Order: sequence, then C-alpha cells, then structure tokens
Amino acid sequence: MSNNTEDTEQIKKIKAGDVRTASRLIRNLEDELPEAKTTLKRIFLHTGKAHVVGITGSPGAGKSTLVDAMISAFRKKEKTVGVLAVDPTSPFTGGAILGDRIRMQRHAEDAGVFVRSLATRGALGGLSKAVGDAVHVLDVMGKDMILIETVGTGQQEVEIINHSHTVIVVLVPGMGDEIQAIKAGIMEIADIFVINKADRDGSNQLANELMSMLNMAPAFPGGWRPPVIKIGSCFEPQTFNQSVDELATAIADHYRCLEETGLLGDRMKRKAMVEIGEALRDAILTPVLREMTESGEMDAIAERILKRESDPYTIAEEVAGRYLK
Amino acid sequence: MAEKRIRIMVAKPGLDGHDRGARILARAFRDAGYEVIYTGCHQTPEQIASAAVQEDVDLVGLSCLSGAHGYLFPRVVELLKEKGADDITVIGGGIIPDQDFQKLYDAGIKEIFTPGATLDSILDWIKNNLKPRD
Repeated sequence: MSNNTEDTEQIKKIKAGDVRTASRLIRNLEDELPEAKTTLKRIFLHTGKAHVVGITGSPGAGKSTLVDAMISAFRKKEKTVGVLAVDPTSPFTGGAILGDRIRMQRHAEDAGVFVRSLATRGALGGLSKAVGDAVHVLDVMGKDMILIETVGTGQQEVEIINHSHTVIVVLVPGMGDEIQAIKAGIMEIADIFVINKADRDGSNQLANELMSMLNMAPAFPGGWRPPVIKIGSCFEPQTFNQSVDELATAIADHYRCLEETGLLGDRMKRKAMVEIGEALRDAILTPVLREMTESGEMDAIAERILKRESDPYTIAEEVAGRYLK
Repeated sequence: MAEKRIRIMVAKPGLDGHDRGARILARAFRDAGYEVIYTGCHQTPEQIASAAVQEDVDLVGLSCLSGAHGYLFPRVVELLKEKGADDITVIGGGIIPDQDFQKLYDAGIKEIFTPGATLDSILDWIKNNLKPRD
C-alpha cells in the first residue's frame, strides 16, 4: 500500500482538471463500485472550495435554459463551471432519458465547463444518490461554481438544500392561486426566487403573491430576504441576458451574505450531517439488508408478515436487537 | 448494489434537423433499460465528442440524414481517439448508400443502420456487442 498522503495518478489527473478521469470516477461512484469509494475518501479532504448552487422548479419551468444562460454569465466573470443535471429514471425499466444537456450544448467545447447528466436511479427528493459525491469530484477539479439542476419538482422535493449553498426556486406564471404560495415545502427553501417566462400573463400576480408571502415571514436568517427576479423570454436575448446577469449578481451576493453572517458554516455543517447519515445508512443498513436477502431470511419474514404471524415493526426491532449490541 | 450500468449517447451531427428517428431510438433505448443522453440537433463532431467524454458513455449513436456522414461520422471517431476515449463504441444510422459502408467501417464505425432497420435489430446489436466497461 502506497503512502496515504500521496496523490495517486488518478487524483493528480482530477486535480489537474482531466475530464475523462473525473467523469469515469463520477460514473464509478454512481455505480457504487468499491474502488470509487476509496478514491472519494482520499479526495474528500481537498473539497469545500466551490460555491454550490441548486436550481429547482417544476418540469418545463425553464431550468435547463436558465442554467445554460447562467453558465455564460459565470464564464463572463471568468469562473469555471461544473453542472450536474438530474433527470428521472423509469421505475419500470430502469432506463432514463437525460435531456437537460440539449440546452447547454453550446458550452460543450469550452474547457472551463463540465456538464454531467445523472439519472435519479430510484432516489426520491429530486436528486440522485450520487449527486453529493459528484459535487466533490467537480470541486476537486477546481470548478468555481457548481450548478445542480434537480429533476422537475412538485411541492416537496427539498433534498437540494442538503447539497447547495444557494437554492434557486424557478417558478412560472399560472401555477395556481395564492394558497400555493403559502404551502410548506419547496416554497420555503428558496434563497432566490426566479419568475421565469415573465413575459407571460400572470407574472405580476405571481410576484405580488411571493412578496406577500415573504412579507409574512417571521425572520430572515442572516438578514437575507430572498429576492424575486423576473426573467422574460429567452427569445429576447438582450433583456433575457440582462436578467440572468442580475441573477448571477444575486447568487454572488447571497454567498457573501452567508460568509459574512457565519451561515455558510451552518449550511456546510448541515451538508456534513446529511453525508454522515447517508454514509452510515450505506455502512450499516445496506450490509444488513444484503445479508438478510442472501440468507433467505427476508423471504421468510415476508411470508410471516403475509400470513399475519408477525408485523414489520416487531421484526425490525428483533433484527435491530440482533445487530446493535 | 454495485452494477456497471450502460450509458448511451444519441447525437445528430451536422446541418440536419430531422430528429424524429433519433428521438424514437432514444425512447427505445430508455425502454430497454439504458441511460440515454440526447444531445439534440445541429451538433458539430467536436461538441459530440466532448459531450461523450463528459458523460462517459459506452456508445455513441450518430444519426445523419443529410448525406454528410462521410465526413461527420469518421470525424467523431477521430476526436474520441484524440481524447483518449477510443473505447467508446460509435455506430451510425440514417440515409447512407451501400457503397459508403466500407469506408465508414474502415474509419471505425462499428455498425450502420439504414431506413427499414427494426428497433429490435438495433437493440439486439447493442446487447450482443456492447460489454460493460472494464
């Protein structure tokens, strides 16, 4: 075994920004290959430098087009950009169409931009299980900005807050009446609201509803009141790009606010706790489930439950009692 | 559980906006359980090769109905090689005359499907020829 503090060839390449090595590592992490986990352990200590921005909103709200424009805005400021775009996996076949990239292909030849599509592979919450790992890889590659685009979300896919410093919720006019704006869930997680396709009817009404929702908020942590940014049609490039620049400025302002108020530490800590939770689940629950499945115990238990000889709760306690001493 | 999943990119190089076939294929690959990245139309070979490496796909399926396959297809293979990604299999399809096949095979295109090819024949080819990465 080589010296643990010395970088392997693979890690050196990733640090130097080598796309092929990094994308293969992301893939091995997605496929949960054990050697990828070993590499992740070694690169983790080099992470934590990038500004991670989450973009979420309903299907067709314009997230990918917006991400495409944000890439351009950040590139103008000479920042390098990594994008993780998540699309859903079919619950029936396990297949997926990853189509977010279509909107971002004009950046394909820019060496300062790395776009990677991920399928959810059964994960709930709007992301894929490997997103957190992939963020670390892009971070080690030296990307200044990492943009995570969630699947098209509904009301409560809020997983994105565990992975980003800044969350952008993208809304479009016509989403429903004002009750939608006071519901719990996705409307609570925004650091920045975007009203996209704001050239359409109803954008003023939506802006008013958001304003009155925000006016009722008891307090804003760190004094950050989420701005509401209207972005019109992407077919009107001049005004569109102006609005996207405004959004890029708001994103930078938010990061500064997090740094100045110490909230950045809180968010990093929340992310760390989620990561520990996930790693523990992998380390504890996964092997238990595998053992029970392979030994045939799982089958036997299911039979007992079907015959109503026992219930899942008692059995879970029994199994836990056996493993947790 | 650890499993090496297969990822496929469907791409349309060149000045050709007819992507109905490409989209049907993307859908068929999805239904066969593959993860499919679709790049959209009007892509340069450079964009396609670069995206294929970023996405780390096993297979690139090129669709071209414009007649420019003689340049576009080999160029994608060439660029992948330059990027050290010649392990990515490239196949092609579209309106491609019989007399062009050999030149494309020689350039590294592994298989060619023309109008009339059934979805099953394409899926079978993938199943029989595409192995999960090392």
